Amino acid sequence: MSKVTDNSSISTSLLAPVYIVPIKQHIGEVCTPIVSVGEQVFRGQKIAKSQGYVSVPVHAPTSGKVVKIEEHAIPHPSGMGLPSIFIEPDGNDTRDESLKPISDYREKDPAELRERVRICGVAGLGGAVFPTFIKLLKDQRNPIETVILNGIECEPYLTNDHRLMIEKSKQIVTGLDIIMHMVGAKKAIVAIEDNKPDAAEALRKAVESQPEMKHVEVHLLPTRYPQGSEKQLIQVLTGKEIPAGKLPMHIGVLCQNVGTTWAIFDAVVRGNALTERFVTVSGDAVPRPGVMRVRLGTPMRFVYAQHGLDHFENIHLLHGGPMMGERLKGPDVPVVKSTNGLLAMHSDTMMKAHKVEQPCIRCGHCGVACPINLVPNLLADQCRSDLFEKAESYNLFDCIECGACSYVCPSNIPLVHYFRYGKGQLAQISRAKGFADASKERSEARDIRIEREKAERAAKRKQVRAAHKPKPSDEMKTEAIKTDEKAGEEKPTDEKPESKGSES
Amino acid sequence: MMQLLAATLSFGAFALLFGVLLAIAGRVFKVEGDPIADNIEAMLPQTQCGQCGFVGCKPYAGAVASGEAEVNQCVPGGERTMLQIADMMGVEPKTVEDEASSPMIAFVREDECIGCTLCIKACPVDAILGAPKQYHTVITDHCTGCTLCVEPCPVDCIDMLIKPELLEHWSWPLPDTERSRLAMERKGQHAPYTA
Repeated sequence: MSKVTDNSSISTSLLAPVYIVPIKQHIGEVCTPIVSVGEQVFRGQKIAKSQGYVSVPVHAPTSGKVVKIEEHAIPHPSGMGLPSIFIEPDGNDTRDESLKPISDYREKDPAELRERVRICGVAGLGGAVFPTFIKLLKDQRNPIETVILNGIECEPYLTNDHRLMIEKSKQIVTGLDIIMHMVGAKKAIVAIEDNKPDAAEALRKAVESQPEMKHVEVHLLPTRYPQGSEKQLIQVLTGKEIPAGKLPMHIGVLCQNVGTTWAIFDAVVRGNALTERFVTVSGDAVPRPGVMRVRLGTPMRFVYAQHGLDHFENIHLLHGGPMMGERLKGPDVPVVKSTNGLLAMHSDTMMKAHKVEQPCIRCGHCGVACPINLVPNLLADQCRSDLFEKAESYNLFDCIECGACSYVCPSNIPLVHYFRYGKGQLAQISRAKGFADASKERSEARDIRIEREKAERAAKRKQVRAAHKPKPSDEMKTEAIKTDEKAGEEKPTDEKPESKGSES
Repeated sequence: MMQLLAATLSFGAFALLFGVLLAIAGRVFKVEGDPIADNIEAMLPQTQCGQCGFVGCKPYAGAVASGEAEVNQCVPGGERTMLQIADMMGVEPKTVEDEASSPMIAFVREDECIGCTLCIKACPVDAILGAPKQYHTVITDHCTGCTLCVEPCPVDCIDMLIKPELLEHWSWPLPDTERSRLAMERKGQHAPYTA
C-alpha cells in the first residue's frame, strides 16, 4: 500500500525565508508583474495581472517585501525558468482586506461569483491548473445538469485530497453548493474510490447535515487507475462518453476536483485569494511523510526539510504522483498551483521502474490498458519513425498521458514518452507551417511593392523626360527600350542591394 | 445492318456528348498556374534564404515542378520537406547535403548601425524596421534567419544569433537521445536562491 499518509492529519508549513512566485502557474497566457522591487505586499494582494482570457492573476503568499523580480526555474519538464517575484516575508502575515467575504452566495448573481473566482486566481488544483472560472459558466446552449465532485485521487502515494475530504468536508460541500448555484445545476455526485471509505463517510455526513443539499449523492467507486481523469470519471458515472474535441459541458456535466472546490469556498465565503494548497509529501526517502498546507512559492527544499529530508544525494524527486508526475532535477524550485504531491524516492527504488527498452512483442496489453481505447504500440511506432501525421490520424491527441500502457508493457517501452514527443513535434510542425504562411505573405507583399515602386519610378522618369523634350516621337521609343532594359537588369540585383542603392 | 447502324450512331452520339462536356469542363474548371509548383511551395519553409540556389521559395518550387532542380536543395526544410517533395514528384528521395543549423535570428548592434537601409532592402520578408540615418532593428518574431541582411551591411553590425527556445514552445525530446540528456543537464543549472 503506497498511500502511507492517509491517516496523518494535515500539518501547516512554517513561513519560508523567501517565497519565489512564478508569474504563470496555470495553463494559458502569462501574467505581467504589477509590483516593483522594494514594494511592500500583503497576503492575497495581486502581484501579477492576467493577460488574455485563459489566464488568472497571481497573488502574494504572505506579507513582506519584494526583493527581486528575475527568472527562476519552475517545476517544468524542460528545466527552464519563468520571471518570478521574490518576496521576503516580514513575519506578520498581514492579509490584504480588499476582498469582502460573501456568505449569502445563494442570493448573488453567478456572474459576480465567477468574477470573484477569477480574481482570486483559482485554477484546477488536481494538477492540470486550467483556470476554473472558465468552466463555471451558466451557458444557455450547454446547460449543466450534473456537477461531479472529483474525490477519486487515483494516483498512488497522493492523499492530499483524501485528507482534505476528511478534515474540511463541510467547507467542500459548501463549495459544491456554490458551484451548483453558479451553473444552475440541480444534481450533484460526489465520486470517491472505495479505498477511502472514511472520506466518503465524512462527506456523506456533511451532505446530510445540510438539508438543502438533498440532491447530492455520494458514490463509492472501485479503486482503479486512471479513474480520476475527468473524461474517464464522467464515463464511469454517467455512461456517456465525451466525443473527441468536446468538453464535459457539451454533455451537460461539470467536473471539479475537491481541492479546487475548497479553493472556491475559500475565495467566495472568506474572500481569500488562492495563496496556499495542500501537498502530499511522501516517498520512501522522506522520514516523516504527511500532507501539508503549503503557501504557493515556498521553495521545495524548505518543504522537504520540514519532513526531515535535508540531503538529496541518490534521491529522486518527483513533482506530482508517480504515474503522471514530473522528475525534478533539484529541490530549488517553488511550490506552484499544480503541485499536488512532492515525492522523494531512493534512486534504487526509482530505478526498479526504469529498465532497458526491449522490442515490442505485439502482446496487446497496452491496448487493453488504454482507458480511451487507442492503439499505443502502433502510435509509439509511428512517433518513433517520425510519422506524425499518421499518428495524429490515429488520434494521438486524445491520449491523456496516464501512463497505464507504459506500466503494463512487458518490454518496458516508455510509450508515453513517445506520445509526448509526437505531440510536441506535431505542435512544432503546425507552428512552423503558420510561420511559413506568414513569411510567404510578407514576401509576396514585398514583391508586389517592389514591382509597383519600379513601375512608378519608370512612369515618373518618362513624365520628366517627356516634359523636357518637346518632340518626343523618336526619343520616346528609345526611352521605352532603355527603361525596359533597366527593368530587366534590375531583376537579379534583388539580392545585391548595393547596386540598387547606388542607382537611386 | 440496322443493329450495326444503331450501335454506331449511339456510340457516335455519346462520343460527341462527352466531347462537349469535357470541353466545357476544361473551360469552367481551368486551374490557373501550376498546381504542382503551388503544392511544393506550400511545403517549403518560406525562409526565402536562397540556399537552394534560387532567389526564393517560389522560384525553387517552380524549378522542381518543371524538373530543373533536384528535390533535396532546400536546406532549412531538411529531410522532412525533401521527403514530402519527393513523394509529390514521385521520385526517389535524396539526402540533403547541408545540415540545417538550429533556428537563427538576425540581430542589429544598434550602437554601430549607421542607418543606411541596405539591410532593410535585402530582407525578403520585411522583418527589419528603420529609416535612413535611424537605427535599424530586427522584428524577431518575423525574422526567418535567412542571413541575406548580413552581407550587404557596410559596417558589419548584424549578428546571427541562435533563436532562444521559449518555454511555451518547448517540446519533449525522444527518449534516450542526446537532446533528452541535454534537457536533464540544463535542469541542474539553476543555482539555489541565497537571500
